[in-house]
Amino acid sequence: MILVLAYGAVLLSFASGLLALLMNQRQAALEFSQFINEKFPGGNQCCRALLANCLEEKKFPDRLRKAVFVLLGLSGVFATLAGLSVLLSQQVVTDQLGLGLPWLPWHVRFDCLSGFFFLIIGIAVSAVSLYGPGYVNSYNDSQHPFAVLGLFTGLFVAGMLLVLLADDAFFFMIAWELMSVASYFLVAFQHENSANRRAAFIYLLMAEVGALAIILGFGVLASFSNGFTFDALREAHLSSTWASIAFMLALLGFGMKAGIVPVHVWLPEAHPVAPSHISALMSGVMLKVALYGLIRFCFDLLGDVQWQWGVVLLILGTVSALGGILYAMMQANLKRLLAYSSVENIGIIFMVLGLSMIFMANGHPKLAALGLLAALLHAFNHALFKNLLFLGAGILHHQTHQLNIDMMGGLIKKMPKTSVLFLIGCMSISSLPLFNGFVSEWLAFQTALQVDVLDNGVLRSLIPVAAAALALTAALAAACFVKVYGMIFLGQSRSHYCDKAHEIQDKGMLAGSALLAALCFVFGVFPGLIISLINNVAGQLLGETLPNEGALGWLWLAPVSSAQASYAPPLVLIGALLAAGICFWFLRRNPSTVMRRAETWDCGYGGLTPKMQYSCSAFTMPFRRIFSKVWIIDEQIKKDMQGAMNQDVAAVHYHLEVSDHTWPLLYQPIERAVNLTAATVGRIQTGNIRTYLGYSFATLILMLWVIS
Amino acid sequence: MGDQLMNWLIAILQTALFVALAPLLAGWLKWCKCYLQNRRAPSLLQPYRDLLKLTNKQPVVAEQASWIFLIAPYIIFSATVLAATVVPFIAVDLPTSASADVIVLVGFFAFARFFLALAGLDIGTAFGGMGSSREMTISSLAEPAMLMAIFTLTMTASTTNLSFAITHVLNEGLVLRPSFVFALSALVLVAIAETGRIPVDNPATHLELTMIHEAMILEYSGRHLALIEWASQLKLMLYGVLIANIFFPWGIAEAFSAEALGYGVLAIVGKLAILAVFLAIAETLVAKMRLFRVQEYLSFAYLLGLLGMLSHIILEASR
Repeated sequence: MILVLAYGAVLLSFASGLLALLMNQRQAALEFSQFINEKFPGGNQCCRALLANCLEEKKFPDRLRKAVFVLLGLSGVFATLAGLSVLLSQQVVTDQLGLGLPWLPWHVRFDCLSGFFFLIIGIAVSAVSLYGPGYVNSYNDSQHPFAVLGLFTGLFVAGMLLVLLADDAFFFMIAWELMSVASYFLVAFQHENSANRRAAFIYLLMAEVGALAIILGFGVLASFSNGFTFDALREAHLSSTWASIAFMLALLGFGMKAGIVPVHVWLPEAHPVAPSHISALMSGVMLKVALYGLIRFCFDLLGDVQWQWGVVLLILGTVSALGGILYAMMQANLKRLLAYSSVENIGIIFMVLGLSMIFMANGHPKLAALGLLAALLHAFNHALFKNLLFLGAGILHHQTHQLNIDMMGGLIKKMPKTSVLFLIGCMSISSLPLFNGFVSEWLAFQTALQVDVLDNGVLRSLIPVAAAALALTAALAAACFVKVYGMIFLGQSRSHYCDKAHEIQDKGMLAGSALLAALCFVFGVFPGLIISLINNVAGQLLGETLPNEGALGWLWLAPVSSAQASYAPPLVLIGALLAAGICFWFLRRNPSTVMRRAETWDCGYGGLTPKMQYSCSAFTMPFRRIFSKVWIIDEQIKKDMQGAMNQDVAAVHYHLEVSDHTWPLLYQPIERAVNLTAATVGRIQTGNIRTYLGYSFATLILMLWVIS
Repeated sequence: MGDQLMNWLIAILQTALFVALAPLLAGWLKWCKCYLQNRRAPSLLQPYRDLLKLTNKQPVVAEQASWIFLIAPYIIFSATVLAATVVPFIAVDLPTSASADVIVLVGFFAFARFFLALAGLDIGTAFGGMGSSREMTISSLAEPAMLMAIFTLTMTASTTNLSFAITHVLNEGLVLRPSFVFALSALVLVAIAETGRIPVDNPATHLELTMIHEAMILEYSGRHLALIEWASQLKLMLYGVLIANIFFPWGIAEAFSAEALGYGVLAIVGKLAILAVFLAIAETLVAKMRLFRVQEYLSFAYLLGLLGMLSHIILEASR
C-alpha cells in the first residue's frame, strides 16, 4: 500500500512531464481523440464532450497547462501521503524492479528517513503546482516552450523521488543524474541570456564533479563488500582510514549539491535565473535531497561515525552559515539573496548534523538523536519558508518585472495579501518565536549546550563557540530579512514599475504561498506534531529516540528533560494575544483619541522624495564596514563638477560591487591549471601526420618491448 | 489543582508588578543622574505622568505609514511583557518560567526588535532607515555576546530554564566562580548596548548623527509612543533583573508564603536601586562613543563571555 503511494507519486510526476509534451501536438491529440471515438462509439458522452472542449483551439494550451500541474500536484499529494504513512507505521518496505540491466534489478527500499524526505518533497511540490499555472502564463511565447518546462519539471521531481527510493548504488546514481540533468535544463530554460547559459554550465559542471565524487565514495565502500546493493554496503567493514576517505568523498559530492562553502558558487548563479517555482523546488527541496544522501551515506551505510567527521561538518557548517548570511546581506537581487541564504541554512543543518556525529561517536546516542532531529527539523522548516520566499519573489517579479530590491518599495499597500505572506516567510527565516524557524534553532542550541557530557577538552570549548556563531548567524539573518522586507514592502516606491504594481489576481499563486505560510505558523506553534514524526526517523536510523520522549506533548517541548529546558509555544501565543489584547482594549477605549493622519515630518524643508530613503546598500553599510574582510568590495564615488572654478557638484555617481572571495582563491587557480594542462597536452598534437606516425611507431616499439 | 491555580495567579501578579514598576526604575535612574550632574531632578513619578499624558493624546500618524507601523507598538509591548513573565522577579519556580527558557527570552527581544526596525523603515524617511540599520547592526553583534555569557551560566547550572538556574546558584551558596565574573561583565556590557544607554546610544538626545533608538521612533506619538517608551523601560528593567537575580539571587522568594514574597519584593527593589545608581555613575563619567567604535566594545563583551566559558570548561567543570 505504502509502496503503491510512492510509486504513484513517481509515475504521476513522469506523466505530468510527458503530458506537457503534448503542448505543440494539438493536431495529434485531435486525431487520437477521433480515433478513440471511432473505436469506442458507445463511450461516455460526458467524457467525450469534456475532451472535445479541452481540445478546442483557444482553450487547449491553458487546459493542458492546468492538467500538467494537476498531475504534478497529485504526485505531491501522493508523496505526502506515502511519507506520512511510512512515518506513522514505522515500516521498512523493500521491493525489486526488473528495470535497468538484466542482471542488475533496481532495489527499492522505503523507510522512515526516505519517508520524511518524501513528505518534504510532497508538500513543496503540492504548493508549487498550485502556484505554477498562474506563473507560467508569462512564458507564452514560442521562445520559451511550455513543453520543455513541463517535461523537465516532471522529470526533475521524479528524479528526486527516485533518489529517495533507491536501495542500490546504480539505481541511486541513475536517479541522481536524472535529477541533476533535468534541473540543468530548467536552469538553462531562458537560454537567450548569456548569464543563464553561464549559470547553467557552472551548475552542470559542479553537479557532475559532485556525482563523480559520490560514485568514488560508493566505489570505496563497494570494494570492501560484495555487490552494490545498500544491504551489501552496510555489511562492509572498512578500516577507519578508508571510512574517512569514503566520508570525505561523500561530503564533497553531496556538499557540492547542498551548497556548502566553498563549493556553493553554483547556487547564487543558478537560482536567480531559473523560473521562480523551479528555484523554489531547487532551493527548498533539491538541497534537502543532497542532505538525505549524506545522512544515508554516513549514518546508514558507513555506520560507525567518527567524531572527527563531526568536527569537519561542524566547522564547514559554521563557515557556510556565517559566510552565507553575510553574502546574502550584500545582495540587491532578491533571488540571489535567497540563494545565499540557502547556503546559510544548509550550514546550520550541517552544524547540527556534525554535533549529532560527535555525540554518536562519543557514545551518547540519545543526544545524537536530538542533534539529528534538530537537523532534520531545520531541513523541513527551511523547505517550507524558503519555498514560500521564492514563490513570493516570483509573485513580485511577475507584478513588478524586476528582482532588484533597490527598485522596489511601498508594495505593502499595493499588494496587501502578498505582503502578509512574505512577512510570515521573513519572520520564520529570522527565527522569531512562534514561527517554525525558531523551534529548530532552539533545538540546535539545546543540542550544543549538552556539551558537558563530552570528555574531550577541545570539543568542549569548540562547540560553545560554534553555538555563539550560530547566534551571530541568527541575528544577522534577522537584520538581512528586515532589510529585505523593509526595502521591498515598506517606505515609498523607488521606481515607476512599483508604482503601477497591483495585487496578483491569480488565486492559485496566492493559495500555493498561503499553504506554506500556514504550515510555517502551525509548525511554529505546534512543533510537537512534526517532531514526533521525526523522532521515528531517529528511532529507525540510530535505534534511539529523544532523551525525554514523554515530554513530547502538543503543548510542551522539553527535549532533554523538563528540568533542563522547556518551551511551550501555545502558551506563549496565548500570553502574547492576552497582553496585546489588554493594551489594545485599554488604550482605545477613549473615543477622543482617534488617530489622525498627517504629513510625514520632513524637517520643515518640504517634499520627501523616495531617494531620501535608506537604500539596500545604505542599510548594510555598517555591516560592510565591520566585516569588511569578508567580501571583495569595490566601492567608487565619482563627482561631476561644474561651474566657474569647477567646484560645484553637478552629479554624484556611486558604484558598489561586492564579490565572493572563493572565485579568486579557489576557482580561478583551478581554471588556470586546467587551461595550462590543456595547453601542455595540446603541444604534442602538432597536426602533422608524420608526428602522429612517429607516436604510433614509438607506442608499437614500447608495447613489443613490454611483451617480450 | 488549587496549587497550580495559585501559582499561575502569583505568576500573573508578578508580571503585573514588573510592568508597573518599570517606569519607577526609569524615574529613579533619571533622579540619580540629575543629582550627580548637579541638576534639579523631576519627581520619581514623572515617567508615569508622561505615559498617562501620552495615552490621553490623539496620536498623529504619517500618511505614508502602513499597518506595520500601527501594529508594531502593540507587538513590541506584548513581546517585552512576555519576556517579563519568563524572568523570575520576586519568586522562582513559577509556571510561566517553564513555558519559555532563556533562549526564548532572547527570541522575544529579537521579535520586538524586528518590528521596531520595520516600523522605522515603514515611514520612508532617512532617519527611520538610519535607526533601523544601526539597531540591527548593534543587536546582531550583541546577541552572540549575550548568549555566550548566558551559556556560561546554563552550563554551570546545566539548564536553560532561568528559574532552575537561579535555584542552582542559590543552592551552591556563595562561591566565587571566575567564569561568573567574566559572564557578569559581559552581560553588563551587552545590557548597556541593548537598552541604548551611554556610551552606545544616548536616550536623552535627538541629535541626528548619534541617535539609534530615537531615530526609529521619531514618527510615533500618543499611545503608540507610550507603548514603545514603556517597552523600553521594561527592557531596561529586564536586563537589570537578569543581572541582579542570576548573579546575586539572594532574597528571591523560594516559597509562596506572604512573608517570603514580601522579602522578595524588597530584595529586588533594593538590588535594582543599587544597580541603577551604578548605571547613573557610569553614564555620568563616560562619554558616548562613535558608532564605529561600538563593534570594538561589543567584541570586548564577546571576548569576556568567551573567557567566562573557557574558564568554566577548564577550571570548574566537574570532571
